[in-house]
Amino acid sequence: MVRPIRKLFLALVAATALTAALPAYAESSLLNVSYDVSRDFYKDYNPIFQKHWKTTTGESIELKQSHAGSSKQVRAVADGLEADVVTMNQASDIDFLVEKGLVVKDYAKKFPNNASPYTSTMVFIVRKGNPKALMDWPDLVKPGVQVILPHPKNTGNGRYSYLAAWGYALKQPGANDKAAQEFVGKLLKNAPLFASGGRDATTSFMQRKLGDVLVSFESEAELIAKEFGKGEFDVVYPSLSILTEFPVALVEKVVDKKGTRKQAQAYLDYLWSKEGQENAAQNYLRPRDPELLRKYAAQFPAIRTFTVDEVFGGWPKAFPAHFKDGGTFDQIYQSK
Amino acid sequence: MNKRVLPGFGLSLGVTLVYLSLLILLPLSGLVFKSSSLSLTQFWDIASGERALASYRVTFGASLLAALINALFGLIVAWMLVRYPFPGKRLVDSLVDLPFALPTAVAGITLATLYAGNGWIGRHLEPLGLKVAFTPLGIVVALTFISLPFVVRTLQPVIEDIEPEIEEAAASLGASRLHTFTRVLFPAIFPALLTGFTLAFSRAIGEYGSVIFIAGNMPLISEITPLLIISKLEQYDVVGATALACVMLAISFLLLLGVNAIQWWAANRHQGDHQGPERASQ
Amino acid sequence: MSAPSLRMATAEPRWLRWTLTGIGLAFLFFFLALPLLAVFYEALAGGWSAYLQALKEPETLHAVGLTLFIALFVMPFNVMVGVAAAWAIAKFEFRGKSLLITLIDLPFAVSPVVVGLVFLLIFGAQGIFGPWLSAHDVKIVFALPGMVIVTLFITFPFVARELIPLMQAQGREEEEAAISLGATGWNMFWRVTLPNIKWGLLYGVILANARAMGEFGAVSVVSGHIRGETNTLPLHVEILYNEYNAVGAFASASVLALLALVTLVAKTLVEWQMRRETETLDTVLPAEAVRSKE
Repeated sequence: MVRPIRKLFLALVAATALTAALPAYAESSLLNVSYDVSRDFYKDYNPIFQKHWKTTTGESIELKQSHAGSSKQVRAVADGLEADVVTMNQASDIDFLVEKGLVVKDYAKKFPNNASPYTSTMVFIVRKGNPKALMDWPDLVKPGVQVILPHPKNTGNGRYSYLAAWGYALKQPGANDKAAQEFVGKLLKNAPLFASGGRDATTSFMQRKLGDVLVSFESEAELIAKEFGKGEFDVVYPSLSILTEFPVALVEKVVDKKGTRKQAQAYLDYLWSKEGQENAAQNYLRPRDPELLRKYAAQFPAIRTFTVDEVFGGWPKAFPAHFKDGGTFDQIYQSK
Repeated sequence: MNKRVLPGFGLSLGVTLVYLSLLILLPLSGLVFKSSSLSLTQFWDIASGERALASYRVTFGASLLAALINALFGLIVAWMLVRYPFPGKRLVDSLVDLPFALPTAVAGITLATLYAGNGWIGRHLEPLGLKVAFTPLGIVVALTFISLPFVVRTLQPVIEDIEPEIEEAAASLGASRLHTFTRVLFPAIFPALLTGFTLAFSRAIGEYGSVIFIAGNMPLISEITPLLIISKLEQYDVVGATALACVMLAISFLLLLGVNAIQWWAANRHQGDHQGPERASQ
Repeated sequence: MSAPSLRMATAEPRWLRWTLTGIGLAFLFFFLALPLLAVFYEALAGGWSAYLQALKEPETLHAVGLTLFIALFVMPFNVMVGVAAAWAIAKFEFRGKSLLITLIDLPFAVSPVVVGLVFLLIFGAQGIFGPWLSAHDVKIVFALPGMVIVTLFITFPFVARELIPLMQAQGREEEEAAISLGATGWNMFWRVTLPNIKWGLLYGVILANARAMGEFGAVSVVSGHIRGETNTLPLHVEILYNEYNAVGAFASASVLALLALVTLVAKTLVEWQMRRETETLDTVLPAEAVRSKE
């Protein structure tokens, strides 16, 4: 009765020892720590860069990817995850690394276009044929309309949705912050739930058939089509929306320690090359290159947008004003 | 009490204490230490905010409900698995561990889909006016799922261990089945039932991954405390997060200590001075 | 007393048996079988070939390997400490016992995210030992050691908590008898205690194992999510889901569900082994009994 258990122990010890073989490190390798839905983009981009690097320098390079929620990722970098480069979906995330001394203060100036190689915007996904005729932001605050969006305080896309609605309301004639807060408050009242993330919001809207409209990244609409079929929904472009930027930066401390500054710089620079930009367009992210934007015009309808910098004075102001404890989001839920 | 007859007390307790201190207590005291950088008023403000208080109610209330559901049905399931023959029993038995192996996010997504208005279960409940997904009820469902194995698995070995002679003795002394159960069997399995309940409850308190997918996460209504902790972390407010974590830790600790004390008391009362429960009932 | 009335008092009447079985099965159906079915339904939404294709991805395979490695690695620790703790608590009386049990329970009540955070506060770059670790180039968090440590933390209570009520119910008589007959401590443990607690131990190990494989929150905080390197299966599932690869995500989740069915195999195996052992024991025992008398 005893022996099988003892045997099991021995077998376990042996199995443990055998599996202990860990992956080996290559000579030159970069770790790109990124947000969660950028995988498709970098899965395509990495081979492009590897080829480019091989032909220009003759060296081969290993590229490793890490994807998870954006702010979780930068916290990990601050806590010692050795990222050579960070590629995020919100400047506030990189600002945190600036604060920790891992990224230079003027990182946005180190690369063109505010260090954001591509952009996107927030759009409406509605049911096929748009039965409730939801055309613009004011339609979303009407009574009886249900809006699905990710958690406005805790998720990146939720914050962009929130700021998009706020910015729209603020840009109306005679509007002020108070009116904007009221507008956003009405919008949030129409939300039956706050999804835990972009993907979860999509599942609730598409699969569970909740709500009349889903506020989402333009780039995500294509992913939705891939998963649920193109004929299942319509995309509506509001009259005004927010320009979402996806800033990239070198992690100074890590590239200096690992001696990978040259490679990391080239890796990020090449995002602005023709190949890099075309890859963005193919992944439904708006390229910065005007020529390519024209080429893919059918995919990217013209839309009036504003940036966080223009309307909110940048993330360092917008974040505490709206999303920290006691910010406007919390105020909306206190007044109830 | 002749406690020194059996060997290994010093060794086993020593190993336990060292391991417990290194792996559990030291790290957790780091948490308390971190939160101590807050002043007392700051700590109080975070811990007693309107949203925080509401979240404690949701978290502890839903956990309690889930643990009670599990205690009742877990007892039935464990009893059924040990005592009653039925086809496919082995498969059913092995299914019980599933909630642990399934990543909590998958559990949350799947349950939300099942209980949503158009889901396999939700579509039958919603016409009855019962909304589960994206309400506090959804939280109870998720917590029941993720803590389901505890009661069943703590009871199973104990029920298996009950010697048939006790029941036969009770029966031959003229006890009815109900009487045998309440007077002989239930006291024997009660400590294990309480253990299972405690474990299910404590596991439910800390759960985050599955709940956020089905809760709806509405402030003041369906917001659990772990979500508020995440929310603090999203604002890079690690200290604030540790403050909330400390409050949860303290409440959980006191609740668990209470339940464990009751259990110890119940076990001692039944054991007389040093006899096992089976002796006491013979 | 006549046989029928004895049976009536030692077993439930038939209607009650059926009712209870019905209730139990219905509960398990709604809370276990349906979610499991839904997972497989989603995993197979694209057909078998898509399912298998999703599982064949090297990153998925690596995640499976890493998950199994971590689960196997923590198992011996959990068994040793769990048995030791249960032995001390169930067989002896001492002050502060309730406190000790409560401390053992505590890891369950700590939110997994907080568990991860706690270890970051200690081993992270901004943590207590962070500067020292980085100066000596020792990697704990965002590498395998950190993932193992948090898994040890979250699975710590299982074995002890499974064993304590069982060992308490069993009492001390058998072990005391063994000792008074002159058995050494280890002998008593291997011959008397272990056979008595085997089911509880097995359940504890299986539960801890399932939890070790399925854990997301705590591991996610300290893993760093590096693909093909520190990505466990649950983390992989989440990323695939977020990338709109539902088939891949649910296929990977179904692997975890299947791993949970290992219970079935393990239990059957132990039962079978034991039946064989008791058979051989019956023939060996008389001789051994004589030898121990000498």
